[in-house]
Amino acid sequence: MLTIKVLGSGCANCKRVEQIAHKVVTEMGIEAEVIKVTEYPEIMKYNVLSTPGLVINEKLVSTGRIPTPTEVTTWLANALETA
Amino acid sequence: MAILSTPSPVSSNKRLPLYVFLAIVVWLIAYNLIQPLANWLSFGVLGLATDSRFGESLAFFLYDVPKILLLLSGMVFAISMIRTFFSPERTRTLLGGKREGVGNVFAAMLGIVTPFCSCSAVPLFIGFVESGIPLGVTFSFLIAAPTINEVAVIMLFGLFGWKVAGLYVLSGLVIAIAAGFVIGRLKMERYVEDFVWQIRSSGGQSLDEKLTWDNRIERAWDSVKEIVGKVWLYVVIGIAVGAGIHGYVPESALAGIMGKQAWWSVPAAVLLGIPLYSNAAGIIPIVSALMEKGASLGTALAFMMSVVGLSLPEMIILRRVLKPQLIAVFIGVIAMAIIFTGYLFNIIL
Repeated sequence: MLTIKVLGSGCANCKRVEQIAHKVVTEMGIEAEVIKVTEYPEIMKYNVLSTPGLVINEKLVSTGRIPTPTEVTTWLANALETA
Repeated sequence: MAILSTPSPVSSNKRLPLYVFLAIVVWLIAYNLIQPLANWLSFGVLGLATDSRFGESLAFFLYDVPKILLLLSGMVFAISMIRTFFSPERTRTLLGGKREGVGNVFAAMLGIVTPFCSCSAVPLFIGFVESGIPLGVTFSFLIAAPTINEVAVIMLFGLFGWKVAGLYVLSGLVIAIAAGFVIGRLKMERYVEDFVWQIRSSGGQSLDEKLTWDNRIERAWDSVKEIVGKVWLYVVIGIAVGAGIHGYVPESALAGIMGKQAWWSVPAAVLLGIPLYSNAAGIIPIVSALMEKGASLGTALAFMMSVVGLSLPEMIILRRVLKPQLIAVFIGVIAMAIIFTGYLFNIIL
């Protein structure tokens, strides 16, 4: 079971990242929980300076942009291997 | 601070540089064809008289819209390529340990090249002050980054030429440095929301990606799609209104209200600019047409800086980390600096 966190205070780009995360999880048919992190003290724990941020199993993989579904798929696959 | 490197998993595409080269060739051909094409359409195909008001407006519109959109696409691509070499994280490292003064200058210059979106103003602010960067230096960055933004500078270049665009960048830098320095001297630290000082980031994982040239090209292309997709409609509407003014408003009609003689026009323009934000792309073509009709450059530039640099949405976002007193000082200091710049240009130019 993977934990995916989308960091950001609800901007349009953050919602896009969340959608992409959900889409990729469904496509890959894996078990994963997508959590939205909107509180700044919590966001800042990941040492992020620009949102949206994407965290997979507590590891920061992307900040300040919308990653492509292909990228997210690779990151999730990597996380599954190391998990 | 341990830095993890995450190789971006985008597959390598050997043809990408070739595509970029072809795109540049097509871009150059298209750019040189716009003027004859616009004239041919308005005066040839539609048979409008070259001295008719409608013909003049239409030719202006048909020339400016593709020109600005092409300029935006090409230059946003180039600027975004440069920006892939910078990140807020790297900027923070570069600013660490800089004293006030030197720090303000560095922060303002890095504000131009660091990728920045006002939606990220809060995490950036917290991350900067938490790592020990002085408040005034942080503000220099937060003023320069949105004010000297690529869309505004490119449109100024396209519609006013490189001198005005350069003047805008230069005065934006001076305003960011001066306003940040003043805010730093005012010792406003207690007007930062208390929770900011309590945040301690784990410091464990800061993202530092190793990008290949393919990654950079793809990211730059993504920014072109995102930025041009967001502003093109404003550009079209702004140029349509500008074209109407160009054809129908008599020469020097605005000299009385927006000219150099009207001393109150600079502060009025700054006040008017604060609530207007998202329409920055649409406002520049209108201002360009207004200047043709007698508005002075200082007043026009002050208006644009206020529209772009003093934005209500960004203030609302920053209110999360700044107490109202500091927001007021922030707006006040920048507004004063912009008004001063407006007067200065009206006097010397």
